Amino acid sequence: MVPFNEKKAPHDEVLVKKLNKIALSIRRDSLIMTTKACSGHPGGSLSSADILAALYFHHLRHDPQNPSWEGRDRFILSKGHGCPALYSALARAGYFPIEELWRLRKVGSILQGHPDMKRTPGVDASTGTLGQGLSIGIGMALAFKLDGRDSRVYVLLGDGELDEGQIWEAAMSASHYRIDNLTAIVDFNRQQLTGCVDRIMSLEPLADKWKAFGWQVIEIDGHKMKQILDSLDEAEKVRGKPTVIIAHTIKGKGVSLLEQSFLEGECKFHGTPLTEAELNKALEELHE
Amino acid sequence: MSDRVAALRDAYGEALAELGRTNERIVVLDADLSPTTKTSIFAKEFPDRFFDVGVAEANLISVAAGLASAGKIAFASTFTVFGVEKGLNQFKQSVAYPRLNVKLVTTHGGMSVGEDGSSHFCLEDIAIMRSLPHVTVILPADAIETKAATKVIAEYNGPVFMRLSRPKTPLIYDDGYRYEGRDLDFKIGKSLTLRDGKDVTIVATGLMVAEALRAASDLVKEGIDAGVINVHTIKPLDREAILRAARGTGALVTVEEHNIIGGLGGAVAEVLVEEAPVPMVRVGIRDTYGESGPWKELFAKYGLTAANIAQAAKKVMKRKS
Repeated sequence: MVPFNEKKAPHDEVLVKKLNKIALSIRRDSLIMTTKACSGHPGGSLSSADILAALYFHHLRHDPQNPSWEGRDRFILSKGHGCPALYSALARAGYFPIEELWRLRKVGSILQGHPDMKRTPGVDASTGTLGQGLSIGIGMALAFKLDGRDSRVYVLLGDGELDEGQIWEAAMSASHYRIDNLTAIVDFNRQQLTGCVDRIMSLEPLADKWKAFGWQVIEIDGHKMKQILDSLDEAEKVRGKPTVIIAHTIKGKGVSLLEQSFLEGECKFHGTPLTEAELNKALEELHE
Repeated sequence: MSDRVAALRDAYGEALAELGRTNERIVVLDADLSPTTKTSIFAKEFPDRFFDVGVAEANLISVAAGLASAGKIAFASTFTVFGVEKGLNQFKQSVAYPRLNVKLVTTHGGMSVGEDGSSHFCLEDIAIMRSLPHVTVILPADAIETKAATKVIAEYNGPVFMRLSRPKTPLIYDDGYRYEGRDLDFKIGKSLTLRDGKDVTIVATGLMVAEALRAASDLVKEGIDAGVINVHTIKPLDREAILRAARGTGALVTVEEHNIIGGLGGAVAEVLVEEAPVPMVRVGIRDTYGESGPWKELFAKYGLTAANIAQAAKKVMKRKS
């Protein structure tokens, strides 16, 4: 029995409600973790919380009791700095006790500042230096094809990360190899470390870029749970080429202080945690 | 040493194909250089297990990491300068740090690349790679040792960097990895003493092992008894053999086709300084980039010949207490 292999369950209100609730927990955890750690990246954790909830609590085939199960799907957080959200999802799925979350970035912790496949159960690739996750995912996808496995690979990319040349080396090779057992997801929150993506390094027309590289493109609202779920299913049906889901998201989603700050062009909540007072106020907002 | 010559890269390609026949897990990647790195020999026989990523070294290394993390033994090849330096952060982060089973085997190392010139030389790879935790660093001395090493690293579970060379060079060993009638075993981290000496020990790696043997023969004529050690594995370094040589002969010469900074000379010096300080002289490229030209002429101009080694041996012996 695999706990979270529930892909076939209908995307009804019950499921959406359940996943939205988990996403709220991921947001709360991410903020508490980074404040306790006095460092970390709250903004990008919040923008990807819904996607992670959909993956780890519905779509992915995985077994928290057996993290190295060969038949599992793989998930790579290529935007490794968003790991507080990933760690929360893993803990809540049962990979390790929730209490571990509060030791993020502490000496001796299983939860490093960026994902570490050797230290953290459930982490499938060591990332943190941007631009490498898609290539790693392609290697995994090729191996599954060679072995006749039906496991799939999911790679979550940041939008700032798309500045890295290696992403486009990987994009080219994924379509060249006709990799259709990999889904890339772009957390398109339009903010990178020092400011708005459009100002730092223009990405548009982003969908056209992926199409030109031979990818199937699906665009969604990355905070609408049903759209996330439907797009993950749709990507699986594409044959003979890779698929990217461009998820339009909001950096700091769910907390007005963060959303407003990014909207006004401030970047401090990219890599700065909330103060205790800010955190308490934020947590009040993160309820059903 | 025979008069026969062979290229290390040819032996590598043949060894890969042999491995491919018995081990389904072997996959090979290249970055648009397979006819010259000789991974083409494997590619021809096992097209399904060969991936050419094009001229994209960063992608090369990370795709290899993905294949390895899904259970494959991934050999990634290109020229040394590109594989080590254009994919360095990828190698460190996605291969070395998580100890994945990737073998970065690069050809055209050092200065023996020759006519292509300094853009294609790599004279700093040993220094770079040996400073990365978890990485095994190997430089075979001839084609026969290359074949033996390729098979051994395929069995070893973990990241390996192995540097090979372009030209055909003298065979030091006899077929089947034999030396002066002895059967040898390629053991990672275990050097081979090819010649015992009393006066000085020449510690060499890669193509320079042949030059070191030549230098030792020449020194006999001058009444000097020089030992020769082939350090095919620079990391983990065979400390015991280095210390034995230092204590036994009281003077060492290191020889490498690499910058004198941070390579074999650096590694040996680190051991000596901490445990058995004896006089030592480094033979290598003296912190410069080099230029185009036939490789033997470059070796002469940049101080990588048997004569340079013999001279260094005499120099270091004068400093013996």
